[in-house]
Amino acid sequence: MWKYWCKKIIRLIIVMALISFLSFAVIYFAPGDISSMYITADMSDEQKENILAELGLDKSMPEQYMAWAARAMRGDLGVSLSNKASVWPQIVSRLPATILLMGCSMILSLTLAIPLGLWSGYKKHTWIDNIISSVAYIGMSIPAFWFGMLLIILFSAVLRLLPSSGMHSVGAESAFDTFQHIIMPCITLSIGNVAVYIRYIRSSTIVQLSEEYVLTAEAKGTPKIIILFRHVLKNTLLPIITLMGMNLASLVCGSFIVESVFGWPGIGTFAMGAIGSRDYPVIMAYVMFSGLLLVLGNFAADILYTLVDPRIKRGGTLDEG
Amino acid sequence: MGNLLEVRNLSVSFFTYESTVQAVRDISFDLAPGETTALVGESGCGKSVTSKSIMGLIKKPGKILEGSRIYFKGQCITDFTIKEWERFRGKNCSIIFQDALASLNPTMKIGRQIIEVLNNHDTGLSRDEKVKKAVEMLAMTGIADAAGCLEKYPHELSGGMRQRVMIAMALIGRPELLIADEPTTSLDVTVQAQILEQMKQLQQKLNMAILLVTHDLGIVADAANKIIIMYAGRIVEQGPAREIFYHPVHPYTKALLDSVPRIDRDRTKRLRAIEGNIPDMANPPKGCAFCGRCPEAMNICEEHAPVLRQIEGPHAAACWLNELHTIHGGTDA
Repeated sequence: MWKYWCKKIIRLIIVMALISFLSFAVIYFAPGDISSMYITADMSDEQKENILAELGLDKSMPEQYMAWAARAMRGDLGVSLSNKASVWPQIVSRLPATILLMGCSMILSLTLAIPLGLWSGYKKHTWIDNIISSVAYIGMSIPAFWFGMLLIILFSAVLRLLPSSGMHSVGAESAFDTFQHIIMPCITLSIGNVAVYIRYIRSSTIVQLSEEYVLTAEAKGTPKIIILFRHVLKNTLLPIITLMGMNLASLVCGSFIVESVFGWPGIGTFAMGAIGSRDYPVIMAYVMFSGLLLVLGNFAADILYTLVDPRIKRGGTLDEG
Repeated sequence: MGNLLEVRNLSVSFFTYESTVQAVRDISFDLAPGETTALVGESGCGKSVTSKSIMGLIKKPGKILEGSRIYFKGQCITDFTIKEWERFRGKNCSIIFQDALASLNPTMKIGRQIIEVLNNHDTGLSRDEKVKKAVEMLAMTGIADAAGCLEKYPHELSGGMRQRVMIAMALIGRPELLIADEPTTSLDVTVQAQILEQMKQLQQKLNMAILLVTHDLGIVADAANKIIIMYAGRIVEQGPAREIFYHPVHPYTKALLDSVPRIDRDRTKRLRAIEGNIPDMANPPKGCAFCGRCPEAMNICEEHAPVLRQIEGPHAAACWLNELHTIHGGTDA
């Protein structure tokens, strides 16, 4: 058992080191840096160098990376170069908004996708499956930002039903107010996910329905609907767990695009701003955080698998070939 | 004594884009209550399709053709509605498949899978009574720790145990007909014998008919009362087991018998295999389907298909040799 955990932890450390180095390099080699916020054309060279030294940008890339990594390992993710405040509290303060939005979107996606995918797979190649599948393809192809803007035009500008941006109206703190604000970003975020989930669940359902145990259940006199929900559903959802695990990172770290379109005060908008100003401590903190969640999400999916699928024993081996 | 099952002019075809495969071509046979009938033939001869037809389990692109009739205790089951099928399956008739591992739901405990049969057919039993019945049934199939087995998942059992579970599942509804579709093919020879013996004992206890579908004449020898030999979607010979074993008429039956290893045969002779392959069922030959592989083929065999004709009592064969024989026999008398 401890061997399993050791393996997982070593893997986590390697992944995190690689992610951090690569993203640091990308930021370093990207044109422009945060110093342009402080440096003006009429400054003397000495002044410019002082500013660079102050920001720690005068050193070589490996030196900068090592300095950052040394601090990060002590749990110090540094201060934002643009507002001089600690990075971590800023991220934490934006977490709830993002988790709320993503959580709602996930619930909405699954409640739509599970029955639709199951139905579509069960009725494969009939008109109902064709309709569901075509809608799913459209959903997958629609760019989220564009769809979001269409929603804003329709519901905010024309119909004046829903607020176009933010999480609260000024002065209003009620849950209903937040609910009104969350509707459009939630739908926009979900549309792509629903489509992908439907496709996954559909094909998984088709595979499961062709399995022999379904024939056995039928031969027992089990009604179709019970076969679908008692036998097929659980086996169908197993592969979806992996998908959900991978989505944990995006659940917590948000969507740049949708959060920006709707001005949602979450992590995505925050990181987007940091990228714009090359604020590397913030970007690094964000990348490390999402990398960590991605690994943890996969790990959680593994654990969940062992709980749901009796064939898998912890340690990751199937004991039946 | 009336027949339990009467199959009349059963034809099943599979319609694909390229072709229509005629898996079963106009076969008729009867099953008597309490008896074991073996349906024998090589892979692709239509024996599994026949057994699935009896359970109403033919799936698209397969279709039971117009004019095919199957009667169960006089009732025509080929016109059954979905609801009627649900009542029939597991209660009047059960089926066991070859691959017990694939046939059991991998993520459901054995107990739930067995008890599901009782849930499907309202038995008026309480939950505890159902569990008790499941334990009894499992014990009857020869599983030592029956109560413990209920809590296990299929992958935790051995191949033989899984097949016993399948048998228990098939028999818990006390069907009058059990279809065993290659029930022992995926098992070790020793386990095979145990399972067959167990089925025989259960048959006597529960008084049911068995349709034993197999490609192995060897296991049929002491299990079956009656044997039906199928080739290329047709019945080529049928009759009492003794007749088939001792007085086979059709060259295919003879060839099958020759390909079974026997302890009393001359060891220096090699086991005979049947040369060639079964014909393409999308384009079945005009004459006798076995003609191309038959050592005794005549000109007529290529042009005209022989029909199943009585030889003596219930023994019948579809072969021109037999026709000649009867014609000569007729003139002599």
